[in-house]
Amino acid sequence: MERKSQSLAQYILRRLVQAVPLILGIVIVNFCLIHLAPGDPIISLVGEFQTSEEYIESVRRQYGLDQPLFVQLFIYMLNVLKGDFGYSFAFKQPVLEVILDRIPATLLLMIVTILFSTVAGVILGVVSSRRQYSKTDNLVTLISLIGYSIPVFWLGQILLIGFSLKVPVFPAQGMQSLRENYTGIAYAIDVLHHLVLPAFALGLSYLAMNTRFTRASMLEVLGQDYVRTARAKGLSERKVIYKHALRNALLPLVTLTGLNFGFLLAGAVLTETVFAWPGLGRLMYDSIYTRDYPVLMGMFIFISAMVIVVNLITDIFYSVLDPRIRVH
Amino acid sequence: MGIGIVLFFGGLALFAPFLAPFNPLATGKDSFHRPDSRYLMGTDDLGRDLFSGVLWGARTSLLVGILAALTSTLIGVVVGALAGYYGGMTDDLLMRITEFFLVIPRFFLVLVIVALFGSSIWNVILVIGILSWPVTARLVRVEFLSIKEKEFIEASRAAGATDLRIILRHILPNATPPIVVSGSLQIARAILLEAGLSFLGLGDPNQMSWGVMLYNAQRFLRHAWWTALFPGIAIFLVVMGFNLVGDGLNDALNPKQKGRDIA
Repeated sequence: MERKSQSLAQYILRRLVQAVPLILGIVIVNFCLIHLAPGDPIISLVGEFQTSEEYIESVRRQYGLDQPLFVQLFIYMLNVLKGDFGYSFAFKQPVLEVILDRIPATLLLMIVTILFSTVAGVILGVVSSRRQYSKTDNLVTLISLIGYSIPVFWLGQILLIGFSLKVPVFPAQGMQSLRENYTGIAYAIDVLHHLVLPAFALGLSYLAMNTRFTRASMLEVLGQDYVRTARAKGLSERKVIYKHALRNALLPLVTLTGLNFGFLLAGAVLTETVFAWPGLGRLMYDSIYTRDYPVLMGMFIFISAMVIVVNLITDIFYSVLDPRIRVH
Repeated sequence: MGIGIVLFFGGLALFAPFLAPFNPLATGKDSFHRPDSRYLMGTDDLGRDLFSGVLWGARTSLLVGILAALTSTLIGVVVGALAGYYGGMTDDLLMRITEFFLVIPRFFLVLVIVALFGSSIWNVILVIGILSWPVTARLVRVEFLSIKEKEFIEASRAAGATDLRIILRHILPNATPPIVVSGSLQIARAILLEAGLSFLGLGDPNQMSWGVMLYNAQRFLRHAWWTALFPGIAIFLVVMGFNLVGDGLNDALNPKQKGRDIA
């Protein structure tokens, strides 16, 4: 294969084109599920509610359920592409609106978590890589082992019992104090106050991953020639670590953040359930309870699309930071 | 240490019927009983003994973890072996499919499928298994790519061995160590995934499981901390056990990679 370097625009275009079949694939998976699920496909499209005959008839017509399968697939894809994910009988709202309502709360939780756990993870990883197999290193390794193994929702429950029920330092539920009418900065502080426990519960496993990754990556980079050269030049250890080694060690962390976005989202859903955080998690919990399948399936498509887009963005960002990646 | 934890919980799971003082699903009059000498871990809202629940839950978790990991490892080995051994078009096609499954947010797909198809424990095992193979497939493919270039493979081919024989008898045994390591980590992940599903209300209603216990506990955190504490400790320890076993095996089997992340 000929190796040639692409311009940034070409690279972005190529990645965009690659994302299309992924998204189509996910829509097809969803379509297959609707038809493979036990019982009439109409149940998957409406949810298990007591609805009127006319309503069911209208859904049948909308999705063309009397047509051959491939026509139905075409109609289904067309609907999804138009942004029509169906109608939630429980919320009396189109599914897309129901989901969009919940996105900001979830994103807020996730962004704060990513920021805090990446910064903390990198610091811990660097500290432990500088003294491999020291006491500090072992302690950090232990913390990351715990972070890897602890179920996020249980950590949330324990934090909630400890720090908002037994010792009431943080609020137990929701995103804001309902009795107060805060505005401006007071409002932001109130929301942050509500964020502490969920973000910590969600972030520990992510922190563990970042720590482990940074440590391994730093150990590898510290053995490279250019680090030896930097040391040989007589640069201070601090400069070697932060100017030369860390920058290169952290590049792949960008990709890792993209790859783990789906994983983090799953954790967010579980954490939100514990803290009654008004985001996607709560919605998912309620929709499972009421058997609101259109919402569940809509969320799956929406979340998959989000994961694909985030991966796309991190890949592009990475290629800006490290143009070597564009050599095809 | 990891092996110790795993064996300990394996023992609990095996002997749960003899060790458990009560039927974990039997309701009683003593609801929200604090932990004491009679109810070692207390009771829940329906008066069910939590200690017995934790013991029986070990069965569910280990069953799900081990069977799901076996399923996913089997699929991953087949896909990875075919892609790595044959290369070319086969490889391209299989790797595109693998990437697709790698991008799909697994937790949410498992959740949708289990919600639609029913949450029996066998469904959960099958779905987790079927959706967790891509990591193994990639790993096996890389192993196959490097081993198939070795001289002894050339030699056996010259001796007239069939593809199937080369794959099963010559390459696979040499690719086993990383497969075992990843299998152990897969068990840990499958257990966490099952617990997460159950926690969202998709647990098998006929089986006592740690995730279901935490799902029940969520409504009563205010009154009964013990309903959440013990099942969670159990999940945490088992998952840590399998993670430690995976790390330990990795260090033992690939000494060159010591300290590296194997993700």
